[in-house]
Amino acid sequence: MTTITLTVNNSPTALTVPPMKRLLDVLREDLHLTGTKEGCGEGECGACAILFNGELANSCLIPALQADNATITTIEGLAINSAHLHPVQQCFLEQGGAQCGICTPGMILATHHLLAHHPNPTEAEIREGLAGNLCRCTGYMRIFESVKQAITLTPNP
Amino acid sequence: MSHDTPIIGTSPLRKEGRAKILGTAQYIDDQTLPDMWHGATVRSTIARGRIRSITFAPHIDWSQYAIVRAHDIPGENTIVHLTKDHPCLAAHDINHVAEPILLLAHPDKTALLAAKTAITITYDELPGIFTIEASEAAAEAFNRDPNDTTNIIWPGSTHGGTANCFKQYQMYSGEAAATEDALAAAFESADHIIYGEYTTGAQEQLYIEPNGVIADCDLDPATGHVRGVTVRGSMQCPFYLVHALTLVFNLPEERCRVIQVETGGAFGGKEDFPSVIGSHAALLSMKSGHPVKLVYDRGEDMAATTKRHPSRTRIRTAVTSDGRLLAGEIDIAIDGGAYATLSPVVLSRATIHSPGPYKWPALRVRSKAMATNIPPHGAFRGFGAPQTLFALERHMDKIARTLNLSPEHIRRQNFLATGDHTATGQPLLEPVDMQHLLTRALADSDYHAKRAAFTESNKTSQIKRGLGFATFMHGAGFTGSGERRLNSLVHLDILADGRPQLLVSSTEFGQGTNTILSQVAAQTLSLPYDDILIHEVDTAVVPNSGPTVASRTAMIVGKLVERAAEEILSTLRNQAALPTPHTRADFITAAQTYLTYHPQLRASVRYEPATKIHWDDDLYRGDAYPGYAWAVYVAEVAVDYDTYQTTVTRFDALQEVGRILHPILAKGQIEGGVAQGIGYALYEKCVYKDGHLMNNQMTNYIMPTSADLPVIHVAFEEVPSIHGPGGAKGIGELPMDGPAPAILNAIEDATGIAFNSIPLLPEDIFERLTNFTIHPHGGSEDLDPTIDPATRVETPEVNA
Amino acid sequence: MHADPAQYVLTAPTTLSEALTLLAKNPGQHTPIAGGTELMVALAAGRLQQKSLLSINHLTELRFIHVTPNAITLGANTTFTDIRRNPTIAADLPLLTQSASWTGSIANQNRATLGGNLCNASPAADTPPALLVYNAAVTLISAGAAAGETARRTIPYTDFHLAYKRTALRPDELLHSVTIPIPAASHQHFIRKVGTRNAQAISKIAIAALALTANQTISEICLAAASLADRPIRLYATEAALTEASLAPADFPTTLRQARAALASESHPIDDIRSTARYRSAVAANLLEQFLCSLVS
Repeated sequence: MTTITLTVNNSPTALTVPPMKRLLDVLREDLHLTGTKEGCGEGECGACAILFNGELANSCLIPALQADNATITTIEGLAINSAHLHPVQQCFLEQGGAQCGICTPGMILATHHLLAHHPNPTEAEIREGLAGNLCRCTGYMRIFESVKQAITLTPNP
Repeated sequence: MSHDTPIIGTSPLRKEGRAKILGTAQYIDDQTLPDMWHGATVRSTIARGRIRSITFAPHIDWSQYAIVRAHDIPGENTIVHLTKDHPCLAAHDINHVAEPILLLAHPDKTALLAAKTAITITYDELPGIFTIEASEAAAEAFNRDPNDTTNIIWPGSTHGGTANCFKQYQMYSGEAAATEDALAAAFESADHIIYGEYTTGAQEQLYIEPNGVIADCDLDPATGHVRGVTVRGSMQCPFYLVHALTLVFNLPEERCRVIQVETGGAFGGKEDFPSVIGSHAALLSMKSGHPVKLVYDRGEDMAATTKRHPSRTRIRTAVTSDGRLLAGEIDIAIDGGAYATLSPVVLSRATIHSPGPYKWPALRVRSKAMATNIPPHGAFRGFGAPQTLFALERHMDKIARTLNLSPEHIRRQNFLATGDHTATGQPLLEPVDMQHLLTRALADSDYHAKRAAFTESNKTSQIKRGLGFATFMHGAGFTGSGERRLNSLVHLDILADGRPQLLVSSTEFGQGTNTILSQVAAQTLSLPYDDILIHEVDTAVVPNSGPTVASRTAMIVGKLVERAAEEILSTLRNQAALPTPHTRADFITAAQTYLTYHPQLRASVRYEPATKIHWDDDLYRGDAYPGYAWAVYVAEVAVDYDTYQTTVTRFDALQEVGRILHPILAKGQIEGGVAQGIGYALYEKCVYKDGHLMNNQMTNYIMPTSADLPVIHVAFEEVPSIHGPGGAKGIGELPMDGPAPAILNAIEDATGIAFNSIPLLPEDIFERLTNFTIHPHGGSEDLDPTIDPATRVETPEVNA
Repeated sequence: MHADPAQYVLTAPTTLSEALTLLAKNPGQHTPIAGGTELMVALAAGRLQQKSLLSINHLTELRFIHVTPNAITLGANTTFTDIRRNPTIAADLPLLTQSASWTGSIANQNRATLGGNLCNASPAADTPPALLVYNAAVTLISAGAAAGETARRTIPYTDFHLAYKRTALRPDELLHSVTIPIPAASHQHFIRKVGTRNAQAISKIAIAALALTANQTISEICLAAASLADRPIRLYATEAALTEASLAPADFPTTLRQARAALASESHPIDDIRSTARYRSAVAANLLEQFLCSLVS
């Protein structure tokens, strides 16, 4: 067992966990943040995506020890509160970007990460930015609409 | 609120949408119960044989575990769907890889890993049957010699099953003998006879959330017997699981409670399969005395659960020189896997859809579902129609090519129109205009201009481009008398604060059930959409409004909701002075007035068909479905002759679907279905070896990413149907039928080569382009059209 | 999840020197883990045999991109995102930028490291063909004779891959860096990958090329391939057939024919879950032809 200290959704926290425990399982089991999902267990589907030190990463592939001193944002940390959604969330809600919703947390974080790096992405950049998040329900069209609407709401840096 | 403000036809935010984008929606693996244990399944590693021994290694303290074997099952060792051939746990015989043999539970998930590796199972293995052809050959051998049972892997049943064959149908376009005569005459005298064979592979539903349940048994403290079971989980049809539990536990329905929780995708893969996982978890709960969570990871889910039925369709048509169908003989075979599950129903839909949207002066369809030693196949969006419509739409293009007529001309010569009768003899009473849909779809996709341009550019480019289309329909609701048998029931309660609450067994798994049913209620009651509540699907509370399948939710259940809402209005107008028109305040006042004098304000409405439905189950003739959606899909492809890869560069999906309840949800359904159809055609291959699925992970089972799919253009036309609320018809499965044939028609246009088997991978195109000798994908252009000896000599087809 | 994480030991040495000391003390006992995008997949699948792991992901000594006029050196912990975001690499070593963009998904590129990718030594990896045609060199380090010292050796990257998933890395060594000489501006670069789909795809075949032409002749050429053998390979026979080959229109068909024949002689692909040997060979040859055509036009 090892003790790690990390900041999750702006909350500093210390945990004692097996060092090779997947960060995904630490989030879901130790921190009860179940918004991050397991879809494949091999870093293909992106349902477990989080922001790890500001960069999009698949939490099923990060061992807990490497999260020591990390700053993590999960889907639960994106909205200001349940009444004030993050603009990306609002767009997904309005444009039908979520159907069954299981890919949605990862997809929203991937979108947020995309727009943080490309505030005005081309269609190709959008497709590439989301290519690591598999959605079986939407065919991606409503998700692209959600992203396009979010672009209009994202302030340029 | 005025009753003139439309809610149907607008796109309000989905009822459960906020929770999904916040990440607070609770799927089954997000949930725990107090004192919950975890479950695991020990499965067969062989495809066929008998269990010889099961050994538990001594280094594990087995007393810490709950272990369930077949003999622990208190009721029947069966997973019931239509017949009782499917064991809940294998006792002796094994009929597929990953067949469940025993179950384990323990408080600690990781202890289950150690336990599984400590169990050794030995088998006496038998040779497995893995193809339709091998299964047919075994059945034929058995028919010749009833003692030759070595390759009979499924014995038959009282439900119309024979050795190795779960079910057969025979469907004629008229009276059987007369039709046989007509067929013979037509083939005798036809200008041309065209024959083709078309095959489709298995497809994995690949919902991003794997199967999972949590079960909790209530044990009688005196006897230890199960007196009640509650299962919550990811599923489409809670009442199916209730039924399965009643047999496994020998309990009445009232003691088996099932609750559907937020479900992360289904597509049919959680229609029949939850009966298996739900029964397993409940048995573990029984044995352990604790609630038990049983969830599969991706590898186990892919290896062990149902897939789309592979198919082989042979079509022989007699046609005139100007492309009119005179007669058809269609022979369909689907691979059902090891047990019957829903194969008879998949086969039924495959059979009924095989004639497509065309007039057949004489038609015979014979179909069968064969057994193989593969994990049983099951429901997947489309449910048999994608298979036979693929065959038919490829065949129509083959007719065109053979007669040197355009694919468009062939369709126009044969389309059904309003007032015509389908091949099962159903009169099309509601308007249908396929001619117009085809004109519009070809215009919207710029089909003619682009084909001309591509014909030129293909001469010099390594990238060959082409367009193809498919014209088809999909029947919504259960076949024939199915809806009457389901006898769906819906409750609509008005609560003390005047808010309506819907109680239905229809489940939400992304397609918008909660939203559209709330819209229907809101519109009919002239109340705000936000006022409508929809109860959790808990079988202890909600009535059985049928399973959430068969594209029936909007049309059939929606209609029940509409009628229930009308009944509430009628009650309040008659008994609580609700004015017409009324405001929201009026409604609340009237409801609360009513509730002062009555304990409850509830409308309960049972299914009644809007028109008389005549269906003969024996002859397989009559009104097959209450309503049809009609569609024309156009695919534009680019085939790279350096890499042999096909990219769909544009897709146009046009459909007439009755009334659109929610434009954004409706578009989402079509776009998602088209994406799955593109995967079905070009990417998704289940690779089996000796009955094992070799690519049971997302790395090697290839579904399209956002970088692979084209812009999907969706257009709707609306011809309201009397069967659905506001005129709605079903749309959930329709989009699965069109993409694969449209794409392969486009590939033929681009390359001049007819491919008739899906999935069509670059390796297949490569082999065909570079190798003119016999190849598994030689397809139907290797078979010359039959020459009519009396009239003209056909030049045999030359390979391109 | 088919493994119990509690059965594994993972420690994070505070310095590179400490890491090397640990590796030297018990060679082969500890498996280095950088971004984890390969080893964590093996863990979840129940395939991670090595029970003691050494996290090197945080060692900043290994994460750098040094640009000199003649070469670019990337530390082993350089992520694929680091590579993609570097404008000098994009300008001078475009094949590296391109192949980095094909590696997994953006989320995985943010974590996966160049060093991890090379040491994992999959024959299908995306960046090795680029590094091979660029004549990269790899520097391997280990604990030196005296305390605090580091021994280092630099070998051509062409000598790094020895067999299927076997490299020249000794059990007490870590990959330190990859040094890539910057090709002259007159060189032509080519890389193309064919996967199972457009993103997140394991390579079925990939061809990389770096060539210099003059007077309708190929004066220099380096060629490399992924998924054509049990390791990433340089295509020496094809290079030989093409060096000093004529690109003049009259000669081009012959040049092409000879190149295809040479390529066939050194192609040893296999049938696997993703593709077939015949397909791989055929497409490799088509990609080569595509490249040669691009030299002509």
